[in-house]
Amino acid sequence: MADKFDEATQKELNTFLETAQAQARLQSTISTLTSTCWDKCITGTPSTRFSRGEESCLANCVERFLDTSIYLVGRLEEQRNQAGASS
Amino acid sequence: MSDLFKSSSSPADMASRKEALMDSVRSEVALANAQELINKTNEKCYLKCVPKPGTSLSSSEQTCLSRCLDRYMEAFNICSRAYIGRINKERSGSQFQ
Repeated sequence: MADKFDEATQKELNTFLETAQAQARLQSTISTLTSTCWDKCITGTPSTRFSRGEESCLANCVERFLDTSIYLVGRLEEQRNQAGASS
Repeated sequence: MSDLFKSSSSPADMASRKEALMDSVRSEVALANAQELINKTNEKCYLKCVPKPGTSLSSSEQTCLSRCLDRYMEAFNICSRAYIGRINKERSGSQFQ
């Protein structure tokens, strides 16, 4: 068995791992967004460069996806509050 | 890698074990990211460029595939910029509320 790391090193490793995990989560979110938005925005055969429309569609797609998430959470909260008020 | 499991406890040795551990985590994350991107590209570009698989990849299919690969990477970068920009915007916005 390897010797244990001292406390300071363990702390440093914990911070390092948390950062690495956050980065991996970010990467995986962006990967999912890219997949979704590719399907929505890139309808033709891929050419040597994106058209202006495709490029702005991709950026809009990401922004509206996030808006959708915020909007839906807001709606659910509203409904929960209404249900709580009427009971 | 065998350094990782060696039993000795000098500070320098611990530091090098720590570095080895960090390096292996870094390269594992990088590998997982690359693999995910390659799998996605394969899936998307196959759908786009090889609608009717023949006995071999035609040259036009290959052209389509290499363009598709470049565009998918570009799309990833565009989405990444949009997402990170939005996160930063939300974060700086909430500071003043």
